[in-house]
Amino acid sequence: MTHAIELRDLHKYFGRNEVLKGIDMTVDPGQVVCVIGPSGSGKSTLLRCVNLLETPTRGQVFVEGVEVTHPDVDIDAVRRRIGMVFQQFNLFPHMTALQNVMIAQQRVLKRGKKEAEVVARDNLDKVGVGAKCDALPGQLSGGQQQRVAIARALAMNPSLMLFDEPTSALDPELVGDVLTVMRKLAEEGMTMLVVTHEMGFARQVADRVVFMDGGVIVEDGVPAQVIGDPQQERTRAFLHRVLHPEE
Amino acid sequence: MADQPKTAEPGRTGLSPRKKQQVSRGIQYVVLAAALVAVVLYADWASLAQNFAKIDVARAALPELFTIALRNTIIYTIGGFVFAFVVGLLLALMRLSQVRPYRWIAILYIEIFRGLPALLIFLLIVFLPLALPGFEVPFGTYGQGILGLGLVGAAYQAEIFRAGLQAVPKGQTEAARSLGMSATRAQVTVVIPQAIRMVIPPTTNQFVALLKDSSLVLFLGVSGEYVELAKFGNDLASQYANATPIMVAGVTYLIVTIPLGYLASRLEGRKGRKR
Ligand SMILES: Nc1ncnc2c1ncn2[C@@H]1O[C@H](COP(=O)(O)OP(=O)(O)OP(=O)(O)O)[C@@H](O)[C@H]1O
Ligand SMILES: [Mg+2]
Repeated sequence: MTHAIELRDLHKYFGRNEVLKGIDMTVDPGQVVCVIGPSGSGKSTLLRCVNLLETPTRGQVFVEGVEVTHPDVDIDAVRRRIGMVFQQFNLFPHMTALQNVMIAQQRVLKRGKKEAEVVARDNLDKVGVGAKCDALPGQLSGGQQQRVAIARALAMNPSLMLFDEPTSALDPELVGDVLTVMRKLAEEGMTMLVVTHEMGFARQVADRVVFMDGGVIVEDGVPAQVIGDPQQERTRAFLHRVLHPEE
Repeated sequence: MADQPKTAEPGRTGLSPRKKQQVSRGIQYVVLAAALVAVVLYADWASLAQNFAKIDVARAALPELFTIALRNTIIYTIGGFVFAFVVGLLLALMRLSQVRPYRWIAILYIEIFRGLPALLIFLLIVFLPLALPGFEVPFGTYGQGILGLGLVGAAYQAEIFRAGLQAVPKGQTEAARSLGMSATRAQVTVVIPQAIRMVIPPTTNQFVALLKDSSLVLFLGVSGEYVELAKFGNDLASQYANATPIMVAGVTYLIVTIPLGYLASRLEGRKGRKR
């Protein structure tokens, strides 16, 4: 079976700073994999290497069996199949919610305006912000903005989705709305690679949890194991800090 | 700060800081009043009015002041502005390009045209046909004036655009690219529209600067239907041996520049509040 994502001996340097030190991992179609780990451990860099927002220094990235790190590959075509959701939403502030979800459909997929609008409205409805089509991002709450961003990615019919701490910039009371949408996506069978600090979400939704520290994968397994019964001291220490921050 | 504490120390000078402030303000009023009295007494008001604000000379400027001079000022300015806007955007994109020679060309252009007096550019344009035999600036005198203003304006506009383009967060490009847009497509649909919005206030100021610089068209040796406000005022002033037409031209400039200046600061304020 071809993996949805496969990373082989992935290394990434920023200057002389080695941020990823040989990552091997896979995500299978329909799987939800959560990446956890301390700040600076390379989680975002790992995610950004999958859709080549960062160029790996060494190693290979395969998406649905195609080596996207190959020099001849059409990066834009690869990215079209990979939805990405950012911590800071990154909605286009000069466009309404509807336009945000339509623009890439029209410009990249060359869908007609009518079709793009139908798809956009469907997806905005799906994430629960159908009533906010004509609002500018600045007029929306963080939770609404993030859901529009998810709709924007979904409208491109991606075969997999990357989430980089999608709820970290949100007020606590808005986190649930976004997680609910992600949970629904997971249930529909979307392949998802999610960097998150939401241990509850990871435990309930993820098929696998990957713990990263210092640019390497320390532990990789089912949530019950990695979160429930971690084998490595580093994992235990990290989970302790996340789950009992007041100590 | 080497200053003494601001709290009142009555023992020192016998004056509280508040009192001192009152005295200082009083002195300023006295100086101002004295200056005004001197001006009123010593200026030759009759002669001034005769030379700078003579009604019948001012009347002679009409209607051509508006139908020719102001109209041409606006044509030169808008033409130069459009030129500067397009070339300026191009230069800014080159300045930020990954391709090093493009960056060099843009930097060279910007440094040269910001470093030279605009007047010099206009003087050179006059000699252009000599330097390039057979070459003619299209649209004649209008073309020459617009070229001069545009060449200079583009350098300033490029720096304005560069600041605007750099102020668009990197996440915007990343979001666009992650949706499958090419680098060019992302610039055109996502980055440039936001940059243009951000640079509206400084661009309005730049428009005002061009409007004033359009007076340099005077040095192109224009005449007749091509004259703009400054040349028009200067010609009439020579004809009547009276400075009134220049004053009239000046007032006409102000009627346009002051509202535009206010508009720019209003736009600036609105942008500031949104943050
Ligand atoms: N563009 C860059 N240039 C230079 N260094 C970078 C760049 N991006 C990330 N780094 C460095 O790489 C390391 C890993 O960063 P990364 O963002 O992947 O960590 P992270 O695990 O996502 O952390 P966080 O939880 O804070 O988001 C950090 O030390 C960071 O300073
Ligand atoms: Mg990160």
